[in-house]
Amino acid sequence: MFELLGIPPQALFGQLLLGLINGSFYALLSLGLAVIFGLLNIINFSHGAQYMMGAFVAWMLMTYAGINYWWALLIVPIVVGATGVVIERVMIARLYHLDHLYGLLLTFGLALIIQGLFRNQYGVSGLPYSIPTELSGGTNLGFMFLPNYRAWVVVASAVVCFGTWFAIEKTKLGAYLRAATENPVLVGAFGINVPRMITLTYGFGVALAALAGVLAAPIYSVNPNMGADLIIVVFAVVVIGGMGSILGAILTGFGLGIVEGLTRVFYPEASSVVIFVIMALVLLVKPAGLFGRTA
Amino acid sequence: MKLPILILATAASLLMAGTAMATDIKIGVLNDRSGTYADLSGEGSVIAARMAVEDFDAATKGINVEIVSADHQNKPDIASTIAREWYDQDGVDMIADVPTSSAAFAVNDVTRDKNKIFMDSGAGSADLTGSKCSPNTVHWTYDTWALAHGTGSAMVQEGFKKWFFITADYAFGQALEKDTSAVVTAAGGEVLGAVRHPFPGTDFSSYLLQAQASGAQVIGLANAGGDTVNTIKQAAEFGITQAGQSLAGLLIFITDVHALGLETAQGLVLTEAFYWDLNDETRAWSKRFAEQNGGNMPTMVQAGVYGSVLHYLKAVEATGGKDTAALMDWMKANPSQDPLFGEGTIRADGRHVHDMYLFKVKSPAESKGPWDYYNLMATIPAKDAFRPLAEGGCDLVK
Amino acid sequence: MTTQSETGLVAAPAARPVGTPRHHVIIFFVLLALLLIAPFVLYPVFVMKVLCFALFASALNLLLGFGGLLSFGHAAFFGSASYVAAHAAKVWGLNPEIAILLGVGAAALLGLGIGALAIRRQGIYFAMVTLAFAQMVYFIAVQAPFTGGEDGIQAVPRGRLFGVIDLSSDFTLYFVVLTIVVAALLGIYRIIHSPFGQVLKAIRDNEPRSISLGYKVDRYKLAVFVMSASLAGLAGATKAIVFQLSSLTDVYWSMSGEVVLMTLLGGMGTVFGPLVGAAVIITMENYLAGFGAWVTVIQGVIFVASVMLFREGIIGVIAKWLKKPL
Repeated sequence: MFELLGIPPQALFGQLLLGLINGSFYALLSLGLAVIFGLLNIINFSHGAQYMMGAFVAWMLMTYAGINYWWALLIVPIVVGATGVVIERVMIARLYHLDHLYGLLLTFGLALIIQGLFRNQYGVSGLPYSIPTELSGGTNLGFMFLPNYRAWVVVASAVVCFGTWFAIEKTKLGAYLRAATENPVLVGAFGINVPRMITLTYGFGVALAALAGVLAAPIYSVNPNMGADLIIVVFAVVVIGGMGSILGAILTGFGLGIVEGLTRVFYPEASSVVIFVIMALVLLVKPAGLFGRTA
Repeated sequence: MKLPILILATAASLLMAGTAMATDIKIGVLNDRSGTYADLSGEGSVIAARMAVEDFDAATKGINVEIVSADHQNKPDIASTIAREWYDQDGVDMIADVPTSSAAFAVNDVTRDKNKIFMDSGAGSADLTGSKCSPNTVHWTYDTWALAHGTGSAMVQEGFKKWFFITADYAFGQALEKDTSAVVTAAGGEVLGAVRHPFPGTDFSSYLLQAQASGAQVIGLANAGGDTVNTIKQAAEFGITQAGQSLAGLLIFITDVHALGLETAQGLVLTEAFYWDLNDETRAWSKRFAEQNGGNMPTMVQAGVYGSVLHYLKAVEATGGKDTAALMDWMKANPSQDPLFGEGTIRADGRHVHDMYLFKVKSPAESKGPWDYYNLMATIPAKDAFRPLAEGGCDLVK
Repeated sequence: MTTQSETGLVAAPAARPVGTPRHHVIIFFVLLALLLIAPFVLYPVFVMKVLCFALFASALNLLLGFGGLLSFGHAAFFGSASYVAAHAAKVWGLNPEIAILLGVGAAALLGLGIGALAIRRQGIYFAMVTLAFAQMVYFIAVQAPFTGGEDGIQAVPRGRLFGVIDLSSDFTLYFVVLTIVVAALLGIYRIIHSPFGQVLKAIRDNEPRSISLGYKVDRYKLAVFVMSASLAGLAGATKAIVFQLSSLTDVYWSMSGEVVLMTLLGGMGTVFGPLVGAAVIITMENYLAGFGAWVTVIQGVIFVASVMLFREGIIGVIAKWLKKPL
């Protein structure tokens, strides 16, 4: 039954797995966007640039300070998240009383600045970042050779995504967060520092992007443009999933990774368009997105 | 055909000797200064052009050379705008380098329109001296045909007969795949399949897996720049090379090998027009170059800029002026001679013909230090290195 | 999710007097005089580029400034019209005016398709949806055989206008382009000040209210989207004839960003703002071209500065200062 268009089942399993790996990045990134959007109501256009920063900071830590991958996993999200906090405090916070589109324009400008600066400094040829020795090599699964590092990416991403979902949906802090999304004034009246919560949320969303960047660094070369095109795909993922639920962002991310992976087997030329086609279809049938609530 | 040119050239040099007035020449080095090809062309090409002017000793020969440069960002529209403005407004006489075939085509068109001279070094497409050839264009360093033939036939001769291609899905990648497939089948090999990936791509694992499943001995990489680098990295990650398949990069520069590191790149077979460590002359020149280029060795593209500017200046000296037709005739009539490419000639279609080299990337153990990357496998003599004149479909060839 | 209103997007200028204000007429003629002299002073190809982008930015402004819809995918219309015009002129050998018209037609059709889907969402979603569709058009342009992929369509003949006037001279072409652009800009001005334009502004300022007043809001939005797409297409098609080339740059998302930047910098919702914005950005790109990636950085800085410091844009600030809508 798996013999579809002459593709043997082993190859199909392999491609499904690869799709899942790419989906991990989509999930992490769209989760970050969804978290930021949920509370700030802005689309963070610099998300791709911050993902790239994550990879670069990991590379810098390695090259200039000899700090290894494992520490980078911890340090990089904090460092890049901190820059996010500064950006939120200095700039984005001044725009909340305006139309949300200004947030989009501002972060678009920021993305241009960040990418331009890194391009000036490091060129676009890409810098090497090697896979940590603990995760080099791979396992032969019978139907494919799975590099250990890729397996780790899927696991790490799934854990982080689940953790975030749990924190937002099941903890008290998350309850405040969700409440502030619905009615910031009322939550503020209960004595909760809403502006600070907003700032930290933005920082957290950015940190997720940076974490994705660190995870990506050993697989793709560290390159100032690595986030520029990815962000648009992630936008499409977000539109498909709808902004209503955190879980929606995660599931759509993984799911679309798999769909894209399958396209690579059956019709590779279309693999970069397939997500946009799905987006058009979803918009026709369910304008609010698969998991979204109608505004 | 040669006689009238010689007479013309002699007459022109007499004329110059008679008047002995200084000629002002403006050369525009147009290339990528911020993008993927900035390392292999970029400022290095400007340095190479400047070295050509110094080595030629232009000033004492009464030729004032000014070199200008600009960034075309690998985009044909920007290249065309700059070239147009250079010719119309800034009095540029010759444009050099121009990597990225699409940008080179744009400059090719504008140059023909304005009747100036274009000496390309960085671009790959063989169409520049084929279907799109122009009486105003010289293509100096390499082209896709030369790379496909160098690498393709060498691999088949070594017994790697079954091929699978991973191709960037755009004109350049498809041309590279087509050329190499033709070579492979002609040499008795077999092409098992190909997969086209969107350009540019980031994740190649899916295509690599398909290549692996095909059972081919060689995976031909018909892509360029960052795509190639990423494909090679991911091939190492998925244990493709360890499992016995070989990779053949169809367009790889020494800067790509530098970026990949020998650990990943070792064993790659590639064709280049120049390597700094070929002989005493290339070593001496490259050492001078590296001192000005932050310690980075020259690529074949930068070497080609040096060679082409040098030959152009010789033509200016010999003809004593800037007449485009006279310069082009002189350059095609007289062999080029420089320390980097040795002797070469420019054919009627504008193709500069010289020896090409087949290299294998060293293993980390073999390498004695930075930039010591290649072992020479074979020298492809000039007469076999490039597409035969008659096959290009250039209408300048009768 | 809170409902988003479109208000606050544009600093609404003072109430508009009925009819064409006199200072608009004066500015128009001064501008026209300057543009007539320009090719004798400046490099004509450069001025033509400014004109094309001024039209492109004005087309976006019609949608953004007066319709309140931020499209982040206008490069799709600009670029596809440029491809169609280039193809028509080069491969089919059509006269430039027919080629340009075909380009505009293609952009209008594409605008109808994308617009019909995109207006189903509002605000930020609208921006993202247009962006995503534009990216889809980009991928198609990379792969479709007729666009020439990476190479684009090159060596497009400028041809003869109506089969008579030879356009190969930059000067002749300049005055043709000037005519096209001025006519289109006057058209935009007319649209803005028509009853249709007034309804658009009403929708922009308060959509629910317009609905309750009985306007078929979606139809108005779609109509303005298609108009804006066609005008963007006109700019793209004209540019293809001027530069004799159409390429992926024209459909890439950074082009969409650039035109938003021009509009924002000049002043959203002003008549003359996009022209000023386009002139400033194109001039800057031209003179900073040697600085490589710094151009991107500077563009980003202008973006941030426009958003943070003067959201009304250059012309908006001047208009506020003069207390007259410009």
